[in-house]
Amino acid sequence: MTIDVSIVEKDYHRYVLRKILFIVGCAIAMILVLGYAATIGTSGITAWEVYRDIFYHFVDPSKCDSEIDWVVFTVRLPRIMTGLIAGMSLGVAGAAMQSMMKNPLADPYTTGISSGASFGATLAIVMGFDLVGLGGTAGLVVTAFVFSLIPAAVIILVSSLRNTSAATMILAGIAVMYLFNACTTLIKLGASDASLSAVFQWSIGDLSGATWQSFYVILVFTVIGSAVLMAMSKKLNILITGDKSATALGLNAHRLRIMLLAIISLMTASVVCFTGIIGFIGLVAPHIVRIFLGSDNRYLIPASAAFGALLLMVADLISRVIIAPTFLPVGVITAFIGCPLFLYLLIKQRRSMW
Amino acid sequence: MKIDLRELEFGYDRENPVLKDISYTFDKPEFVCIMGPNGVGKSTLIHCINKILKPTGGAVLVNDKDVTEMKLKELAANMGYVPNATEDSFPLTVVDTIMVGLQNDYKFGTSDEDLRKVYDVLEMMSIEHLAMRNFDELSAGQHQKVMLARGLVRSPEVVLLDEPTSNLDIKHQIEVTKVLSRLPKEKGMMIIMISHDINITAKYADRIIMMHDGKIFAVGTAEEVLTKENLKTVYGVDADIVIHNGRPHVILNDTVDSGKEL
Repeated sequence: MTIDVSIVEKDYHRYVLRKILFIVGCAIAMILVLGYAATIGTSGITAWEVYRDIFYHFVDPSKCDSEIDWVVFTVRLPRIMTGLIAGMSLGVAGAAMQSMMKNPLADPYTTGISSGASFGATLAIVMGFDLVGLGGTAGLVVTAFVFSLIPAAVIILVSSLRNTSAATMILAGIAVMYLFNACTTLIKLGASDASLSAVFQWSIGDLSGATWQSFYVILVFTVIGSAVLMAMSKKLNILITGDKSATALGLNAHRLRIMLLAIISLMTASVVCFTGIIGFIGLVAPHIVRIFLGSDNRYLIPASAAFGALLLMVADLISRVIIAPTFLPVGVITAFIGCPLFLYLLIKQRRSMW
Repeated sequence: MKIDLRELEFGYDRENPVLKDISYTFDKPEFVCIMGPNGVGKSTLIHCINKILKPTGGAVLVNDKDVTEMKLKELAANMGYVPNATEDSFPLTVVDTIMVGLQNDYKFGTSDEDLRKVYDVLEMMSIEHLAMRNFDELSAGQHQKVMLARGLVRSPEVVLLDEPTSNLDIKHQIEVTKVLSRLPKEKGMMIIMISHDINITAKYADRIIMMHDGKIFAVGTAEEVLTKENLKTVYGVDADIVIHNGRPHVILNDTVDSGKEL
């Protein structure tokens, strides 16, 4: 069967357009969820008032209703925007980690980031250990951040001493994870009930403690990390062809994997230290995107950013309304909505993506 | 491009070298086939040329430059590679899979010029109808044709192919080998291919390198290399050679150790 080059061009452009429309669709959905999420709470403001306030807050603050502006910008948006940027970060980190490890089971925590962060947080909460002497939440955040990077640093060190495959990196990550989990358990053995409860609260992943400060810190890591990963997306496409092919195509697979691991770890650590361990987003968001758009990292990474953000914003919204006026931790909801959605798509999809 | 193998050696450990004292120079556009039994070091030889493996002795010189001192990008710029197995864990479309082979020209956005380059190799392999299919939806033979297209998309000066026709049916084996055999004359490319099919190789190869026990055992035209004695020593088979259309044709009779338990 012969087909003309113009047909291939037309089909390919349509295929790219579909990917771009998916990303735009997610962005629009994010704006709608943001508007609705900001109306949830005790002060009854409408979505229209939220959008109006956000617009005038930046364009002409004198036209803002001060009470609405306070509710939107001081109470509601820090949490919503932290959810948006954290979801974005986890989505991008998950997509890049799966591609670089050539493993559909990989997620941002594959190399033991969560266990390192948990250990750091447990040290801070139970033993009052504070790396920088800031004390309180800031001390906890910095300690969790630094410890979350240790597993990745160990893997990078091991990989630098010897050329390692993706599978070896995952195994090294699992080994370090077990070690940190054991250390965390040891510390917990001597902890008080109050400390144990605080450690538990931290570990389940929650956005209720989000502030503009946490948003800005995650934002910096996410924007820089995502931009670098986007620039490397075509190299990721080469990497998924296998190490031999990648080498023959002029790419040092080993060195690239170490670089990617460092970037992904910094992005994920910046989220984990503020929100605790929010599971599922980094694993499922890239896979759901793959079902719709395929595995081309040039589009998978931005689409996973948009879809990850949307998924976490929706999960957070549900966590706030499902048993209002109290709320559930968002980590629970991400699994509750992510799992059935993912299983449904796995059953419905006609072709295998992995 | 000139590829000079100088007393090349490679081994995963000192006691069991895979390649021993290989010296040969590839210096003109030709269709060269490397033959030999399983485990003799054919793929290892190719992997030492394109720096997937680092020689443990001797050297590989590309245009008089030691490959170990060359950057991977520099080496890959004029050297294509077609692996014998595909590893694509997250499949792309056929167009995107081939586009990866554009290397330095592989951009974030896809231009119509890139698509035309991809289309040309798809047409060369007669698989243009598969352009927008997902790689994992294809048969093993179609996979090999896509891999071939990826190795050829930049029209590199040298293409190294590791058993590129092993999954193809006989018709497609002949078609693909015929296409490859024309490339040296039509595009000035050097094609170095590992092959197990003696008769197709005999029909199309300009030169055959026969390997035995990690060394080059014989080099020359099909008539020079595919002799009854060489086949007996290297493969352990008893064969008759007949000349058909000016090329040797191998008729296999039996293994020389026939009757022994496997």
